[in-house]
Amino acid sequence: MKRFSYLSLPLLLAILAAGLCGCKPSAEESAADSQIIKVGEFASLTGSEASFGQSSHDGTLLAVEDINNAGGVLGKKLQLITEDDQSKDGESATAVKKLISRDRVVAILGEVASIRSIEAAQICQQYKVPQISPSSTNPKVTQTGDYIFRVCFIDPFQGTVMAQFALKTLKAKRVALLTDVGSTYSVGLAEYFKAGFTAGGGQIVDEQKFTKDDKDFKAQLTAVKAANPDGIFIPAYYGQVTLIALQARELGITVPLFGGDGWEAPELTQGPGAAEALEGCYFSTHFSPEQSAPRIKEFVAAYEKRFGAVPDAMGALGYDSVLALVDAMKRAGSDDSAKIRDALATLKDLDGVTGITTLDTNRDARKPAVILEIKGGKFVYEETVNP
Amino acid sequence: MTEFFQQLINGLSVGSMYALIALGYTLVYGVLRFINFAHSDVFMVGAFAGMYLGRGLGQASVGGGLLVMLGAMALCAVLGMLIERFAYRPLRNRSKLSVLITAIGMSLFLENAGQLVFGPNPQPFPATFPSRNFDLGQVVISSKDLVVFGVAVVLLAGLQLLVLKTRIGTAMRATAFNPQAASLMGININTVISFTFGLGSALAAAGGILWAYKFPKIDPLMGIAPGLTAFVAAVLGGIGNIPGAALGGLLIGIIETFVKGSPWSTWSEAIAFVLLIIILMFRPAGLLGETQPEKV
Repeated sequence: MKRFSYLSLPLLLAILAAGLCGCKPSAEESAADSQIIKVGEFASLTGSEASFGQSSHDGTLLAVEDINNAGGVLGKKLQLITEDDQSKDGESATAVKKLISRDRVVAILGEVASIRSIEAAQICQQYKVPQISPSSTNPKVTQTGDYIFRVCFIDPFQGTVMAQFALKTLKAKRVALLTDVGSTYSVGLAEYFKAGFTAGGGQIVDEQKFTKDDKDFKAQLTAVKAANPDGIFIPAYYGQVTLIALQARELGITVPLFGGDGWEAPELTQGPGAAEALEGCYFSTHFSPEQSAPRIKEFVAAYEKRFGAVPDAMGALGYDSVLALVDAMKRAGSDDSAKIRDALATLKDLDGVTGITTLDTNRDARKPAVILEIKGGKFVYEETVNP
Repeated sequence: MTEFFQQLINGLSVGSMYALIALGYTLVYGVLRFINFAHSDVFMVGAFAGMYLGRGLGQASVGGGLLVMLGAMALCAVLGMLIERFAYRPLRNRSKLSVLITAIGMSLFLENAGQLVFGPNPQPFPATFPSRNFDLGQVVISSKDLVVFGVAVVLLAGLQLLVLKTRIGTAMRATAFNPQAASLMGININTVISFTFGLGSALAAAGGILWAYKFPKIDPLMGIAPGLTAFVAAVLGGIGNIPGAALGGLLIGIIETFVKGSPWSTWSEAIAFVLLIIILMFRPAGLLGETQPEKV
């Protein structure tokens, strides 16, 4: 034991010195290391948005495995290093710092929740490591800087889609809003919905607010009920949507509830009364496993085989985020962070499982949205809206 | 006007939950003069115990619901006694600060152990009591509100009777008044304190089950927010005073609900705390508390 520590001390010092002077690990690195490309991922694997993180991670993992089985990228294998941010605001910055400084990843993938993607984006931008968010839809995510990308649509589009859906399909003229004021995603989506809905001749009859830890929504819902709306738009995450729906029905509110991609999780309709409370409600998202394109069918089958579950939008976008990264690496002909960034900025016509991805000058994707209806606790494909 | 009555019902319902949790804080404080911060986590354990028991139950029924509740209460009573025996008793003759820090440590321990044992993700709570809505014209009362309110009233009254009318209640009051003198009179202080913790923890479990019945998504950190509010309620009503805890809980619940239903909804907690400060400025011992010279 003692001998070991004497021997390892100079080694440790050497490693520390190498780390301190910021030398790029090069020829001295073992042969195995130069044969892999390290990609970092941070996700909410546990906590209140665990369903998002787990789906997104499964999709990402499947894509990395597919790429490696097909021979890898640039003659190297991808190595995915995943950190859990526990669905806690603040943890994602720590996770990404660790991935960049200790694991020295060439790129970062993540997250679903916009607020946590923005936190990480500030770190990625600072260290000049490209970040691809699979499914954060708030515009502010990519506005953080030129190293930040996403492979999904943004909320101004999603808000307009749901506004049009409310006006045309639900024939709702009077809608109430219920917003989580602590969530960038929720506040943003509510704002864009409101703009689209009022521009289309609709009227917002009441706006109620809540915060992340709230479980009791009856006060807000009683006020909403008094305003007598035709529908309630709830841009929130699935955990709270279930409780809101249950309490709305308890108060005798029978109008349809609808929301955005934050609703999509199997947990939404789990628990006593949840499926009944949400029957006939709608939400917009990025992907439906029921779509008939062969590319999608193939992906759904592979995902089911690997994880024993049908993929949702977060899984599909996780998959596409890896495809986008690999495409950029191939076109750059390099696994250097700056070169990957430049290639990502010109990403065009990438054929993924959520459709064709082309990034615009804001580093956002323009993609169709899918609207799903909740029937018997299941999510049923309703329609596709093109941008 | 209907909106006002509906909000009043909403407020009473959530307020009686706070009252129930506040009772546990007040009970332990009344006897030991210390704040059991682990109380809100015993509340969480109670909800999880109810979840596991409820899954075995199958169909929701009043009898089954009560059975689940009694089972969880018994389990948590044992847990509370164990916490007292192993965490607090060895420190009984040390400074109050040591026990207080231990209580915070115990709270963190239960929260983290809960994440390890139950898993960190929110889980649906099974149907224990059947639920129905009663439509009274424009105002809707859910059976959940009735059950929560009913159980809270029964437990409150039972507790008051127990403390004032029974031998163990007399022993509890004697211990609270002067532990040394009580033990000289032949009261076994350890038994009394152990009983107090068991009782307080059983109340926490009942609160946890009702909370989960009303808001059927539970996770290991679910106790923190209601625990804090209930603690404020206990202080507001006069900590150590049983009717005070009930009054404080109902008051905070009603105020919170009315603020949440107004355009200032995000200020609900701030307004509750400002109110607390104002009340404590005029009545430092709380609404129903009696001012006692503090023994240092």
